[in-house]
Amino acid sequence: MSKNLVYIEHAHGKVQKASQVALAAANQLGGEVTAVVLGQGIDAVATEAAGLGVAKVVAIDDARLENYLADIHAKAVAQVAQAEGADNVVAAATATGKDLFPRVAHLLDAGMASEITAVNDDGSLVRPSYAGNAMATVTIETPTKVVTVRGTAFEAVQPAGSEAPVEKAELAAEVTSKMRFVEFAETKSDRPQLTEAHIVVSGGRGLKSGENFTEVLEPLVDALGAAMGASRAAVDAGFVPNDLQVGQTGKVVAPQLYVAVGISGAIQHLAGMKDSKVIVAINKDPDAPIFSITDYGLVADLFKAVPEMTEEVKKIKAG
Amino acid sequence: MKILVPIKRVPDPQTNIVVKPDGTGIVEDNVKFVINPFCEIALEEALRIKEAQGEGEVVLVSIGTSDATEQLRTGLAMGADRAILVVTETMLDPARAAEALEKLVGQESPELVFLGKQAIDDDANQTGQLLAAALDWPQATFASKVEISGQDVTVTREVDGGLETIAFTLPGIITSDLRLNEPRYASLPGIMKARKKELKEIPLAELGVPAEPRVKQLKVEPPAKREAGKIVETVQELVELLHSEAKLI
Repeated sequence: MSKNLVYIEHAHGKVQKASQVALAAANQLGGEVTAVVLGQGIDAVATEAAGLGVAKVVAIDDARLENYLADIHAKAVAQVAQAEGADNVVAAATATGKDLFPRVAHLLDAGMASEITAVNDDGSLVRPSYAGNAMATVTIETPTKVVTVRGTAFEAVQPAGSEAPVEKAELAAEVTSKMRFVEFAETKSDRPQLTEAHIVVSGGRGLKSGENFTEVLEPLVDALGAAMGASRAAVDAGFVPNDLQVGQTGKVVAPQLYVAVGISGAIQHLAGMKDSKVIVAINKDPDAPIFSITDYGLVADLFKAVPEMTEEVKKIKAG
Repeated sequence: MKILVPIKRVPDPQTNIVVKPDGTGIVEDNVKFVINPFCEIALEEALRIKEAQGEGEVVLVSIGTSDATEQLRTGLAMGADRAILVVTETMLDPARAAEALEKLVGQESPELVFLGKQAIDDDANQTGQLLAAALDWPQATFASKVEISGQDVTVTREVDGGLETIAFTLPGIITSDLRLNEPRYASLPGIMKARKKELKEIPLAELGVPAEPRVKQLKVEPPAKREAGKIVETVQELVELLHSEAKLI
């Protein structure tokens, strides 16, 4: 029976949803799943992880792990993986997972598959390449295997109603970091996180300015209770910050509803949203490539259509 | 400061990627190849660091067939000082690429290796981190701002939910994110000069690195196709469909 170790990411004392998706992928790999939680003052996170249907949790509570730093965290994960005899070591393909797991793979002398979207019955893995335009089926050829998991590809595991044991482990005394954490400037927003939202409304170059994002798009975003995204063109034009970017070079999202406003539909943008359940586009150009993948398309001037839509949505929500 | 900048030859990001019917890869005929956009940003930043310091050397590396010479010449025309091509007929996976780069770091002793955060062909996002781990160097991936003062490096990183700043002392690894800078175009004098700059070829076997991948690709397939739906005439119709048909509002 294979042994799977899943790295649990946490913020503000809570398990990140992306890690619940990684747990779901680990369950599909078969065998037993152990969660590893690193940090300082992490009892609550370890307890929460223990309730997510795992066999056990290994927690390392250590001042050296207070802030995330790739080198020392990689050594801690590798240490636990070796102690547990893990066959598969799994994390979410978040910024942290992407930063951390190649280092873990090196320390474990393991091959790594990035951002898997499916586990096949024969154990081979599917992962997107060429911005999602070519889905590759791969096998990892090393005894220990390392994978990161795309957050939109599996259904997040939910609390199991039972609690697995939490084991405390000690980080080897000689392990130190060559990196220093300076600060984290967190983007403050009352809106749902882009990668976790049920509805995403994104704006493109058609919005013409940052002010129009605020004045035209945001009322619709908030009327729908959505997260706001943007195309790379809008980010490059300086309308909005890059952490809103949806696409190959930004975030990959797959909400229930994706509304693309003033976005033509460049290949690189489609790579970030084409797995959304329902796609709506509002664009004045009837030949915009975005219309080739939309469920509902509206050819219209967004500066007229978006405020109208905001009002219509409000009407429905008001019942 | 000596900076090593590995660059990868990839299809132009504007290209429509078509998977070969036999599933062995993508169609490369009539496809334009360029320097991977993230690698180009890394090169630009390395050139700016050298310019700001008024001294140093920017050494380019690529791994692949002689076709990659074109991208190395472009990088030299942008301003890199010399280039190394590690010659292999097999496209290496990130693990093997990192092994080859580790050997080159041993030969060249750079203080900084500046890479792109990911190549837009395999989209792996691994090589910089693998190399950092192999060398036991600090790493700052997804950089959107880099400040260097003596041996001290401070990097602002694009992470989920905000910007993180970390610091380390050289040597180290940095990988570039999109907004770090706007790469320059090669100037005509730059292109002329590039022809005379050193471009050394090293066979992969000479570095003692095997080509066999640690992750084997069995096949590639086009993604599930999405059909175009309907075009609606009015906002009212759209919202009504989202409400009653799709039940999303």
